[in-house]
Amino acid sequence: MDLFLQQTLDGLATGAIYASLALAVVMIYQAIDHFNFAQGEMAMFSTFIAWQLIAWGAPYWLAFVVCLVISFVGGMLIERIVFAPIHNAPVLSHIVVFIALTLIFNAFAGFIWEFTIKQFPSPFPSELPFETTLIGPHELGVVGITLVMLVLIYVFFRFTPVGLAMRAAAANPVSAALVGISVKKMLALGWGLAATVGAVAGMMIAPKVYLEPNMMLGVLLYGFAGAVVGGLTSPGGAVIGGFLMGVLENLAGTYVIGSDLKLTFALVVIVAVLLFKPAGLFGRVVVQRV
Amino acid sequence: MNNVRNHRANPADSYELFGVKLPQLRMILLLIGIALALLLPLVLANFAIFQMTQVLVYAIAVLGLNLLTGYNGQFSLGHSAFYALGAYTTAIMIDRYDIAYYWTIIPAGLICFIGGFLFGLPALRLEGLYLALATFALAVAMPQLLRYEHFEGFTGGVQGIDVFKPDSPLPMLNADQWLYYFVLFWGALLIIGAWNLVRGRTGRAMIAIRDNPIAARTMGINTALYKSVTFGVSGLYTGIAGALGAIVAEFVAPDSFTFFLSVWFLVGMVVGGLASIPAAIAGGIFILYMPNISEEVISIFFGNDPSAKALIWVAFGLFLIFTVYVVPNGLAGLVRRFVIRYATRRGD
Amino acid sequence: MALLEVNNLVASYGPIRALHGISFSLEEGSVTTILGANGAGKTTTLRSICGMVSTEGAISFAGQDISRMPTEQIVRQGVAHVPEGRGTFTRVTTEENLRLGSYARKDRKAIEDDIEQVYSYFPRLKERRDQQAGTLSGGEQQMLAVGRALMLRPKLMLLDEPSFGLAPLIVEELFGILRRINEQQKVSMLLVEQNATLALDLANHAYLLETGRVVLSGTSKEIAADETVRKSYLGY
Repeated sequence: MDLFLQQTLDGLATGAIYASLALAVVMIYQAIDHFNFAQGEMAMFSTFIAWQLIAWGAPYWLAFVVCLVISFVGGMLIERIVFAPIHNAPVLSHIVVFIALTLIFNAFAGFIWEFTIKQFPSPFPSELPFETTLIGPHELGVVGITLVMLVLIYVFFRFTPVGLAMRAAAANPVSAALVGISVKKMLALGWGLAATVGAVAGMMIAPKVYLEPNMMLGVLLYGFAGAVVGGLTSPGGAVIGGFLMGVLENLAGTYVIGSDLKLTFALVVIVAVLLFKPAGLFGRVVVQRV
Repeated sequence: MNNVRNHRANPADSYELFGVKLPQLRMILLLIGIALALLLPLVLANFAIFQMTQVLVYAIAVLGLNLLTGYNGQFSLGHSAFYALGAYTTAIMIDRYDIAYYWTIIPAGLICFIGGFLFGLPALRLEGLYLALATFALAVAMPQLLRYEHFEGFTGGVQGIDVFKPDSPLPMLNADQWLYYFVLFWGALLIIGAWNLVRGRTGRAMIAIRDNPIAARTMGINTALYKSVTFGVSGLYTGIAGALGAIVAEFVAPDSFTFFLSVWFLVGMVVGGLASIPAAIAGGIFILYMPNISEEVISIFFGNDPSAKALIWVAFGLFLIFTVYVVPNGLAGLVRRFVIRYATRRGD
Repeated sequence: MALLEVNNLVASYGPIRALHGISFSLEEGSVTTILGANGAGKTTTLRSICGMVSTEGAISFAGQDISRMPTEQIVRQGVAHVPEGRGTFTRVTTEENLRLGSYARKDRKAIEDDIEQVYSYFPRLKERRDQQAGTLSGGEQQMLAVGRALMLRPKLMLLDEPSFGLAPLIVEELFGILRRINEQQKVSMLLVEQNATLALDLANHAYLLETGRVVLSGTSKEIAADETVRKSYLGY
């Protein structure tokens, strides 16, 4: 029983990271109807920036905050510079540009910081204030930070005028323009937010998987799986989907398939959900009208 | 006499470029291409022949992808998986079962056809982005699958399998030249096959499905069958490329077949141009030589620093973005635009 | 000087020309209607004013040239567009739709007052204030669209076929409210309608559009009395 609980709680911790990435993916998907395949590499790059700041002597939380700010601005710039010009281009063009971004971030990180793995510190104390073998301090901290971030984002979207405007711009850009919302600004903001969420995810997972340019590809895959399972039209669903994938990954790894086929597991989940319940658990089916 | 025309004739055929009628021009270029392909290896150094062979392998792989995406409109970020499947099939047959390399190509192709067709079946329900996502997942999962310990007996696990370069059975050709012509044989076969496929009814159905799937269905085209078969054929092509590639590279290992290999194929297709068979060759050339040239340029500035090599990918990425913005139809599109601009009709 | 002046407006969708150089004006405080059959270019006219279509020609609003302005900026000048099909934000609540209408404004307190005022015009919306807007009936969504436009405190309201798809009783109610808004709030209105009788009843001035050209203009009484209009558009 202990093992089951341990694996589940540990799964919630990794699930928190998948949930963050899934949220970032869904936020951008809702805004522009495209998948940001480069989300993982952007998060990885942000994490390297934080690492660099810490290596230069900055205290952890200062580096954390500065990294978030840089990621936010970076995300906005990428939307304005790279994606605004191809707004109306065919799907293949978008996919190619996303892939190109993936390459550029991955390679650039490798160029600046090399491909050797680096240690990334965990900001959480190395021992819990209470006795337990069920969950580690870092994992608990990850879940805590992620929940705080998710609550903040929820409050932002639900209760602030800008959050409302962003939701409106994503759902109905034409009507949004007609009430005076600058859809362009909302898009840029959305990208900035998604990049920030990704940065948090990167900094939370780096202590566990060691920081190197290729660390996020598998994580992103699980993020996508979480978004698909939860429902690509539902940010809340994506978050739940992410947590679910984290727990399933651990349980399947422990009891069923061993830890070596985790990526295949994600693949199977994605294909199966897209085939049999494409709206996911909480999303809506998009009807194709002739 | 000029008024009575065969209604199936291509109206572009009466145009001229540089004083030569277009069909004749095409024929001349084709003959030059064939001559180069056949004769160059006889005069080049071994390493250059090796590179030409690699170009052919990539060209076949890109052609496979182009059949699926360019002509049929289905995206795939997962063709590295089919390439791997073909490569491993060949390697396993040669290494574990002592089958001669030339017998392995067709089985590798068939297995990849089946694999492609089977993946194509669920892919029927996925459009555009969702298919891209599913194939992305396939590509990311493949290396781990290849490393899986329970398959190690077959796949050689992390180390992979070594394949020995076959000796040349002909005294006047060395091993590199023989391998080149071997690959060229298959390449020619596949290119002719693709050309026939695309020009015939199947090709028209594929293109109709790409351009307007709903209208295609209402015209009585069995879209499900065509799409799955196209996936299978695409898998076959890229799989055979993988099989040939395994022999050329002389080994297979999981890390040779990552998601980034899929990206290379995508790059080759986009740069060469969608829905064009010669574009695949241009794509193959690009995939091979662009990194080499970039490496040269980079070593001028950064010396031999290994992390500087990573800048090649940055260059690739920037080049891709440039292509999408400026030349969205690739080299083939550029050629078409050039011809449209400068071709004149006889008598104008 | 007229509140809205349009001179030689040419509008195109890609290579297809929808308006062939139309000219009209709208006086402050008036209700002007643009009539015409399907495809005449009525919706295109409204979209041109809002910068949603590529145009040539002069459009000036309150003395300012708006022909090259982006949509968001035109809205901030005080032009509220009630689009064809209502354009409701279906996934947020009724009240959130109204708040979105006031997005361009800065005066927080007045916004709360204005919400109450919209509810006084449309009591049914108040009943449904926390309901998801997509679940409202067609008539209610139309009222919501008008209410949302009101929230801007616009100088000019553009209405694109507000009667479309609504039951006659609802339409009567709606047009009555529009008249009240025009009179009490001094909101000028440019009304595009296929239902010529209704439109001519509400409006002071009218223009008749046929395939992208103005073929008739005058006061609504004059237009209503015109033979061809009576026969083709009023049905008697």
